[in-house]
Amino acid sequence: MNQTALQLAYLAAAGAFILALKWLSAVATARRGVVVGAVGMALAIGGTLLSPEIVSYRWIAAAFVLGTVIGVPMAMMPMTAVPQRTALSHAFGALAAALVGTAEYYLRTVSLSRFTMGALAIEVLLGFLTFTASLMAFGKLQELVPTRPMTYPFQNVVNLAILAAAVILAVYLVLHPGQTELFPVIALLALVFGVLLILPIGGADMPTVISLLNSYAGLAAAAMGFVLDNKLLIIAGSLDGSSGLILSIIMCRAMNRSFTNVLFGAFGQVHAQATAVQQSTVRSATPEEAAAILDAATSVMVVPGYGMAVAQAQHKVRELTDLLGKRGVNVRFAIHPVAGRMPGHMNVLLAEADVPYDKLLEMDDANSELPQTDVALVIGANDVTNPAARHDKSSPIYGMPILDVDRARTVMVIKRSMNPGFAGIDNELYSMDKTLMLFGDAKAFVTSLVKELSSPA
Amino acid sequence: MSADLMTQLYILLLATFIGFEVIRRVSPLLHTPLMSLTNAISAIAVVGSIVIAGRQETGLSTLLGTAAVTASMINVVGGFLITYRMVKMFKRRRSDKP
Repeated sequence: MNQTALQLAYLAAAGAFILALKWLSAVATARRGVVVGAVGMALAIGGTLLSPEIVSYRWIAAAFVLGTVIGVPMAMMPMTAVPQRTALSHAFGALAAALVGTAEYYLRTVSLSRFTMGALAIEVLLGFLTFTASLMAFGKLQELVPTRPMTYPFQNVVNLAILAAAVILAVYLVLHPGQTELFPVIALLALVFGVLLILPIGGADMPTVISLLNSYAGLAAAAMGFVLDNKLLIIAGSLDGSSGLILSIIMCRAMNRSFTNVLFGAFGQVHAQATAVQQSTVRSATPEEAAAILDAATSVMVVPGYGMAVAQAQHKVRELTDLLGKRGVNVRFAIHPVAGRMPGHMNVLLAEADVPYDKLLEMDDANSELPQTDVALVIGANDVTNPAARHDKSSPIYGMPILDVDRARTVMVIKRSMNPGFAGIDNELYSMDKTLMLFGDAKAFVTSLVKELSSPA
Repeated sequence: MSADLMTQLYILLLATFIGFEVIRRVSPLLHTPLMSLTNAISAIAVVGSIVIAGRQETGLSTLLGTAAVTASMINVVGGFLITYRMVKMFKRRRSDKP
């Protein structure tokens, strides 16, 4: 294939990628979007394979087979494992960029222009640090590494010092590309920094972190485009980079926190002392009572949180909503943007459980519906329902946008115990007069609700 | 600063703006498939890796290139497949089911 044809294939691929993302904006066109993206990818790969630069296919073929053998099972994971899987794929993407950067550096050390060397340094720094950071995020999500924030004295100082050292050495290398012995040191510092960056981050901050890593992996690919003078790579990398950035901004806003606070704040630790000893009386209800209340309602808003996914209760919840739907109850779901472990995670979990997507309401829509709702049924969500976020200036979560569950006529909360949530704060929702606590495992409790409602009364 | 470089910078600028505009419109409903699709798309790094692995200049570059092709291929195959699986799950009404 000659150069012009190859460049045209790349151009078509770039168009396909933009179209893919555009079509992904709505469910109706989303499938088409994925297909056109895959076609673009096939064109670009096919064109590259036919380019005259390739002298041997042996290693490429081996890598294709190996990549497919690993990639297919990774696509078949259950939806609960999608955050882990995504973290792992960020790691692979970043690793590819870092390895190509390393290979280019050693191949072309003498001929690299200062600018190319700069792009290469960015590619390698971002690539290696995103690689280990994503592996750490994977470890935390998979619970191979403790999910609680791990902190030690002067953590931020140490981390920033390592990053600064890596950047300073990289700048020096850009000015003196011949200093090849510096390259492994920079790579090592970036790898170490990636690990340290994720240590202090807790499970509930994962949606932001995973988006940020998405962005870094994209930027590393864009930097690779500069090094290889490949415009398609620049385009695909910047699409990925801006997507990750937008998602992390949305996640930060949904938690009313800043990037610096997420990355250096070690949430959970700071607020540990905020748990006040508050002896309040709560009312609880049995499955029979709860089922009767649900049955009598005209509208029910289910508020699912990560706890629902942990208990694997989503299929039972769907059964419950089916039963209520048959009895003429209007059931919908209120989805907080940070529900789950990555952006949009809860929607995918419910879609997998066959909940129709027009029943899933975004936070703002849900909040305008909640005051007219008979029953809000909270399953495995905590901090995102705490009214203290609206009015208690001393609360650590003050200012965080929440689902106004307390404005529904009756609130029912399925919860294992009265233990506080992730932020370690009491939820005043639980002691409100209109609130009924349904104590038990989410799946077991919903199962007994289903039983109550399906037995003819 | 070469003309090539300027072109690259313009492309970066324009692609970033297109990215922001297109992705801003994606419904929060689809944010997880969005992340896995952009991840699959940025696995286009595979083309750079193929060239490095295929030119077979030095042992080291072939090794690194092959590893990079493997890593990107995992994302190409896995990324598009899982995104397709996800978007297929979103159904409007119960009647869609057999």
